[in-house]
Amino acid sequence: MKNIPRISMVLAATVMVLVFFFPIWRITLIAPQYPTGITMYIWINQITGETTGTLQNINILNHYVGMQMIVPDSIPELQYFKFIIGAVMLLGLFAAIMNKKWIYLAWMILVIVLGILAVYDFYLWEYDYGHNLSPTAPIKVPGMAYQPPLFGKKLLLNFEAYSYPFWGSLFIGISIIFAFFAFWFKRPKDVQYEK
Amino acid sequence: MKMKNSTLAGWGIIALFLISGCSPKGSDEKSSPFSSDVASKVYVAPGQHDEFYAFLSGGFSGQMSVYGLPSGRLLKVIPVFSLDAEKGYGFNEETKPLLQTSYGFIPWDDAHHPELSQTEGIPDGRWIFINGNNTPRVARIDLSTFETVEIIELPNSGGNHSSPFTTENTEYVVAGTRFSVPVPQKDVAVESYKENFKGALSFISCDPVTGKMDVAFQVLLPAFNYDLAHSGKGASHGWTFFTCYNAEESNTLLEANASQFDKDFIAAVNWKKAEEYVKGGKAHDFPTSFYHNIYDDNAHMATSEQIKSVKVLIPAECPGLVYYLPTPKSPHGVDVDPTGEYIVGAGKLSADMSVHSFTKMLKAIEDKAFEKEIQGIPVLNYDAILAGVVKSGGLGPLHTEFDANGNAYTTFFISSEIVKWKVGTWEVIDRSPCYYSVGHLMIPGGDSRKPFGKYMLAMNKITKDRYLPTGPEMNQSAQLYDISGDKIQLLLDFPTVGEPHYGQGIPADLIKPKSKQFFNLAENTHPYVTKSEDQTKVVREGNVVRVYMTTIRSHFAPDNIEGFQVGDKVYFHVTNLEQDWDVPHGFGIMGATNAELLIMPGQTETLLWEPKSEGVFPFYCTDFCSALHQEMQGYARVSKKGSDLKLKWWTGSAK
Repeated sequence: MKNIPRISMVLAATVMVLVFFFPIWRITLIAPQYPTGITMYIWINQITGETTGTLQNINILNHYVGMQMIVPDSIPELQYFKFIIGAVMLLGLFAAIMNKKWIYLAWMILVIVLGILAVYDFYLWEYDYGHNLSPTAPIKVPGMAYQPPLFGKKLLLNFEAYSYPFWGSLFIGISIIFAFFAFWFKRPKDVQYEK
Repeated sequence: MKMKNSTLAGWGIIALFLISGCSPKGSDEKSSPFSSDVASKVYVAPGQHDEFYAFLSGGFSGQMSVYGLPSGRLLKVIPVFSLDAEKGYGFNEETKPLLQTSYGFIPWDDAHHPELSQTEGIPDGRWIFINGNNTPRVARIDLSTFETVEIIELPNSGGNHSSPFTTENTEYVVAGTRFSVPVPQKDVAVESYKENFKGALSFISCDPVTGKMDVAFQVLLPAFNYDLAHSGKGASHGWTFFTCYNAEESNTLLEANASQFDKDFIAAVNWKKAEEYVKGGKAHDFPTSFYHNIYDDNAHMATSEQIKSVKVLIPAECPGLVYYLPTPKSPHGVDVDPTGEYIVGAGKLSADMSVHSFTKMLKAIEDKAFEKEIQGIPVLNYDAILAGVVKSGGLGPLHTEFDANGNAYTTFFISSEIVKWKVGTWEVIDRSPCYYSVGHLMIPGGDSRKPFGKYMLAMNKITKDRYLPTGPEMNQSAQLYDISGDKIQLLLDFPTVGEPHYGQGIPADLIKPKSKQFFNLAENTHPYVTKSEDQTKVVREGNVVRVYMTTIRSHFAPDNIEGFQVGDKVYFHVTNLEQDWDVPHGFGIMGATNAELLIMPGQTETLLWEPKSEGVFPFYCTDFCSALHQEMQGYARVSKKGSDLKLKWWTGSAK
């Protein structure tokens, strides 16, 4: 019983490593010519598609309305997010060593705040892609923006865009739950009289 | 009253039972095409897929067409032996080598018999082979791309008709010559036919992994006409059977002169024995010249190789290699039943089919039950090998295929019908008319160890009044029958591309999952590939100018080129950078004397353009690729010969 908080915290920190192995977000575009959809995966450190050509295909479609090319190498977040995750994991293990209730809480809040910041950052990128359109675009629809939804579905001209968290986000959620367990089961002070 | 009412109701219910009990049980469903819903049997709803692929030869079109069954929808025409401007086949630099022969570039042939590759006697959906009859060749088509990937020429042959029937594991596809010719070719009197002419049977080996073909050896036979073939299966695996007519060895007015003998032959060739003889050094190396052309799916280009020698076996020197099975009246088709025991010879000038027994054939060989010998080849005793005779009641039997229930189906050209009969008892069970004059028939897997059955396709030579008239030249046709019941039922009738001689059918599931959607650009090894727009360039080497061009929705790079000169040989090496399914781009340029390019995603193709006059000439995308397809165009400026205008090229803004 006594070790539950510490074990929970170690799990909270280690489960995060799965974020490197699974995408955190998935965006699917469906149109009559794309009955099975074009699906793009956003990872902590890369953007991939169903096939090797997916990103190129999305860029080709986007260029009709003047959207910028999605070039993963030019997105700095994809370069440094992995270090943040690494640092958070190390902090989590450090917290487990310290085994203090307030540290568990602090770590959990840190992860939540970082998560919210990441989603906000994602929103800003989506806003930029959707609104910052080339003035020489072949197709211009007055008043139209092409920002994909953050969460849910949205009709963008002929495309139905679906955007939802993917496995990676789930693991972050699980990590938060474990941290919460650590915080919840940890008694405020080490009490000697427990025995 | 209440009581009476309920009694009445009771009677009513009983009456209803009686009525439903008396009603005819859906009348005999298969007695007439009109008595059941035939249309629903061939209706494949929009967006749904057919159950079978059918591959039909194009005959004198030189191509192969692909249909879906049971709908009869045309899915694709695969160019094989003939030019196809639509696809740039034989016009672009990459596919020209496929049509090279020892006679030079040949833009046409007469393609008769498609044959699917097999594993353990069952069609496996990897490749399909087809023969070129006029300039003897065999082609291999890859069924992941539905493109011709190899064509091999056959030496010492004339009219490659009994071809390309496969052995159980595609160890070999065979190629027997329909016209005997002097071997080696020489200038002799036609009247010296019997003395100088020979009939060669070629065994083309296929690499089990790559499918690459090679003329492994030839068997040199008397100068008969080797008409059709089928390889043994099961117990008879290791043998291939070839029909022949003109055992009279006539060289003129064959319609009479080659029809005089009561019996011609089926040549039974023991190819396993042939392998031993070749290994044992019994084969002669005959000097010759033939072409072997292979297309590489990564380089997207074909190369030709000239081969100068072929291994030839002479039956007189190789006992046990070949036996002749006497078969009445100029046999045409030779078909082996799914067990491999029965060899059906269709005497095309008679009413009956002779069925030989493989077991009896082996026994006759063991007992030396020979009637005579022809040039060292034993002729087996007809009665010793005969299993039975099918008294068909029809006239002019040509070809037989089998279903999975022990039934055989034979086409009759003259009486224009298909006759269903029982293998083993030889009794006729059913018959159905064809419109008109059926040649081959096809049951999916019907010439293999595992007929998939269900449907039968008749391929007819004459259509006359069957469709809206189109002037003197009418198309040929195919007719689909349901053979799942006791009675043959005609379902559908559709016109075909060219003349379909033979066909092959296979369940769609064996091909569909491995059908390629596009070529991976990263794997493109074409010597003139351009993998991104920033690598596009134009290079002059004397009067040869190479344009390294790319296409992507919706522009060419470069799309403005200046500095060409009259008399230049301009090669447009166009790489389609797309990596999406069904996004080919086309390339057509004004004044080109060849055709367009139709470039699949990830592929590179080359068009030769030789500008004849000064001016500025447009080029454009020919395949409606996108919403901005009409904008996908460019200009090529041609200056006078010796002009000092330097090569310049750009897209978007001038360099």
